Amino acid sequence: MDYTPTQSGFRQQPNMRLRNSSADGLEGSQLFEDTSGAAHGLQTGNQQAGPQAAGFTGQSMLSDPMSNLALAYGSSLASQGREMVDKNLDRFIPISKMKYYFAVDTVYVGKKLGLLVFPYMHKNWEVSYQQDTPVAPRFDVNAPDLYIPAMGFITYVLVAGLALGTQNRFSPELLGVQASSAFVWLVMEVLAVLLSLYLVTANTDLTTIDLLAFSGYKYVGMIIGVVAGLLFGRPAYYLSLLWCCAAIFVFMIRTLRLKLLSDAAAEGRLVRGTRNQLRMYLTMSIAAAQPIFMYWLTYHLIR
Amino acid sequence: MAFTLYSLIQTAILCINAIAVLHEERFLSKFGFGVEQGVGGFGDDPGVKAQVLTLIRSVRTVMRVPLIIVNSASIVLLLLFG
Repeated sequence: MDYTPTQSGFRQQPNMRLRNSSADGLEGSQLFEDTSGAAHGLQTGNQQAGPQAAGFTGQSMLSDPMSNLALAYGSSLASQGREMVDKNLDRFIPISKMKYYFAVDTVYVGKKLGLLVFPYMHKNWEVSYQQDTPVAPRFDVNAPDLYIPAMGFITYVLVAGLALGTQNRFSPELLGVQASSAFVWLVMEVLAVLLSLYLVTANTDLTTIDLLAFSGYKYVGMIIGVVAGLLFGRPAYYLSLLWCCAAIFVFMIRTLRLKLLSDAAAEGRLVRGTRNQLRMYLTMSIAAAQPIFMYWLTYHLIR
Repeated sequence: MAFTLYSLIQTAILCINAIAVLHEERFLSKFGFGVEQGVGGFGDDPGVKAQVLTLIRSVRTVMRVPLIIVNSASIVLLLLFG
């Protein structure tokens, strides 16, 4: 049609503003009749007036004082609501404490994944402190984090769906079933560990979230096992699962030994006494439960 | 085994009910958990048995009223929805 360059002064601005958002819109309305223009009381097919009117109303919305007031009121209401939600949410889920567990970076994640699969060469397993507070995971590879367990859980659910799909047993509800099942096992494991820690009266600084993080590290091994089984068949599944089970076992023992046992026993010297023996048994059983769960949660995926 | 969150809640309610119905005189005294044998020492090594005893007692004290509420609610819901 005719693009008269200077129909009015408004036309230059609306066209520039709307160029990126509706670049096809102009051509589209050229191909068929622009019936949306009728709603604004414009002539149909008059596509030059269309963007002009939209730009005109857009401009007027920002300059009108009434709508400025409404905008300001709405934003203050939104920030008030957000404050209230934050305050109430903080009572149930400690958001500020959670932020510590997600302060990771790529180097840490890489090193930690390497540790989870091959913990045999690592010498120093202590968490370094900085004036009584543990250092963020970004700076210390021994600190527990929640990023790897969370991502591992989600990846496990997806890989389980993939494995079930290759056996033609997949349906979308099964994803939810797998996810809730694994989550329930995780919660039960954390509760069992908490109960046994209480019974043995271990004075540790292990928080619940720490235990959640340690229990979540086994998802990495499970994913490796299932993926190897999918790619190379059952022998590869068993081999890689065996390797990852041994690795997680050693990892858990070396990490928990420093936290649960007394200083003398942690250094390897044999300390007599029922309390230390109980704690040693507890460490062993927590570490031994990991391979059991790893096998339990993945064997039905590889057939 | 397909677990759901609902079965987790069911398990929790059943376990807490089980702890709450343990009668002290008739049952627990036979195992040496009786009322007259209090927590012996205040040393830093209470031992597993004393911890279990404390746990049972505290669960029974704390959860008595909420258990009544939760049990009645679940009875009503199961009657209505099967």
